Amino acid sequence: MDLLPNISLAAFCQQLLVGLSRTTILFIVASGLSLVLGVLRIPNVAHGSLYMIGAFLAYTIASAAGGGTFGFWLALVLAPLGVALISLAVERGLFCRLYEREHLMLLLFTFAFTLVFGDLVKLVWGSDFRSMNAPTSLQGSFDVLGFPFPKYNLFLLIIGPIVALGLWWLTNKTKIGKIAKAAAVDREMVAAVGINVSWVFASVFVIGCFLAGLGGALVAPTQNITQGMDHGIIIETFLIVIIGGLGNIWGALLGALIFGLTDAIGILIFPQFAIVFPYVAVITVLMLRPKGLLKSVW
Amino acid sequence: MLRLENLHTYYGLSHILFDVSMEVNAGEIVCLLGRNGAGKSTTIRSIIGLTPPKSGVVEYKGTDITREKTHLRVRRGIAYVPDDRRVFADLTVDENLQISARETQNGNHWDAERVYRFFPALREIKTRRSGHLSGGEQQMLTIGRALMTNPDLLLLDEPTEGLAPLVVKLLAEQIAKLRDTGLTVLLAEQNQEVSLQLSNRVYIIDNGSIKYTGSVDDLRANEAIRRKFLCI
Repeated sequence: MDLLPNISLAAFCQQLLVGLSRTTILFIVASGLSLVLGVLRIPNVAHGSLYMIGAFLAYTIASAAGGGTFGFWLALVLAPLGVALISLAVERGLFCRLYEREHLMLLLFTFAFTLVFGDLVKLVWGSDFRSMNAPTSLQGSFDVLGFPFPKYNLFLLIIGPIVALGLWWLTNKTKIGKIAKAAAVDREMVAAVGINVSWVFASVFVIGCFLAGLGGALVAPTQNITQGMDHGIIIETFLIVIIGGLGNIWGALLGALIFGLTDAIGILIFPQFAIVFPYVAVITVLMLRPKGLLKSVW
Repeated sequence: MLRLENLHTYYGLSHILFDVSMEVNAGEIVCLLGRNGAGKSTTIRSIIGLTPPKSGVVEYKGTDITREKTHLRVRRGIAYVPDDRRVFADLTVDENLQISARETQNGNHWDAERVYRFFPALREIKTRRSGHLSGGEQQMLTIGRALMTNPDLLLLDEPTEGLAPLVVKLLAEQIAKLRDTGLTVLLAEQNQEVSLQLSNRVYIIDNGSIKYTGSVDDLRANEAIRRKFLCI
């Protein structure tokens, strides 16, 4: 059965799965960005840099552990934690003094950090491409309707819902999640019930940056790890957060789905213009719902 | 218990409080009466640290807390109920209480269960999002939330503002009950009727400075003062 004269159902399904695994990465990174934007009101442009650092750290940790399966899993755990640690230092050292400033100042400040982080990555890892392997158990592919579908992408499809579920649990079931929700709307009143808002912000910032690092570590085996991989992701994830509704984690999921799927399906239908599709989708959403699909906390 | 000494408080460049001095003793309900914009809320915000004074001293239980952060003042046993209620709108009633819970050494032991016994109406709506509550319900919640921090001193900023007379009556009764448990209350109000019925002593504030201080009975007898500072 053909959907369009030259596109088979199998090819369509395969692209759909590829799109969904891309969605996973986009969602994980965008949800972190959205969390920080929603609670701390910081448009963290350096989020993409943390994603890049996550990927480079994953590469270094995996190599140091001798590559292989153990190296991969170790990298997947330690690289995001490393990124979280860096963000904790930045938050406690610098950001926490700036919360009262206007958004433009914060934006400029985080932009400065993209430059600093960019140069740091160049200093530490040089400007060569790096690549790391998925563990052997996740190499190779499955057959999906006669087409090969990489096992690693399937792994991403499993991780995505786990992270989403974890975030849902964190924001709705834990005390810190509830406090963060309250602080997003009224930080003064949160302080007035005896809660140290400064530490709430630090925790949320670190969790958000952890997600950037996790995205970077997850993406590492699927592409070249290079200078400049921060630029693409920050633009994409900001668009995702904007169309989803600022600060809304489920909006980030919805936005990532729209972005990832239009990208993947676009390649299939109109390869020459594939890069345009997600942006057209973004523009369409914003024309119909200028404040994003789901409720924005701003 | 609480002593304010020559407070001068600003909002940005505008000078709001001029040389405000007050005292609240343990077990009292002290009322800060004044018209809209007289400086009641700013006085309360100076005490809780949301708008710290530029000069002067806020002393609580003998400790100077003028420069202390808000959350640390709350942990010392001061609770704050703001005039615009400010419930955590995205959270349910129960969650509002949960995140405010704090153990202290004073042995008051307020927990969610006791708040629900104190305001039974809240128990019936405990799973509702607090942003969807009526004004009266929100006011009960903000008081309940303040009690969850187990305070010794409760700062109530216009708790009856904009509420139906029946709800005002209920709140007044409950505030009186709180005093009977040994809680000290500083009540900022425009509503003379409620506040004079509840309080032991009164301060009148106008244009950012204290104009009168005395017992409730003295003020009741002093028609001239009431007309001068409280009538609109």
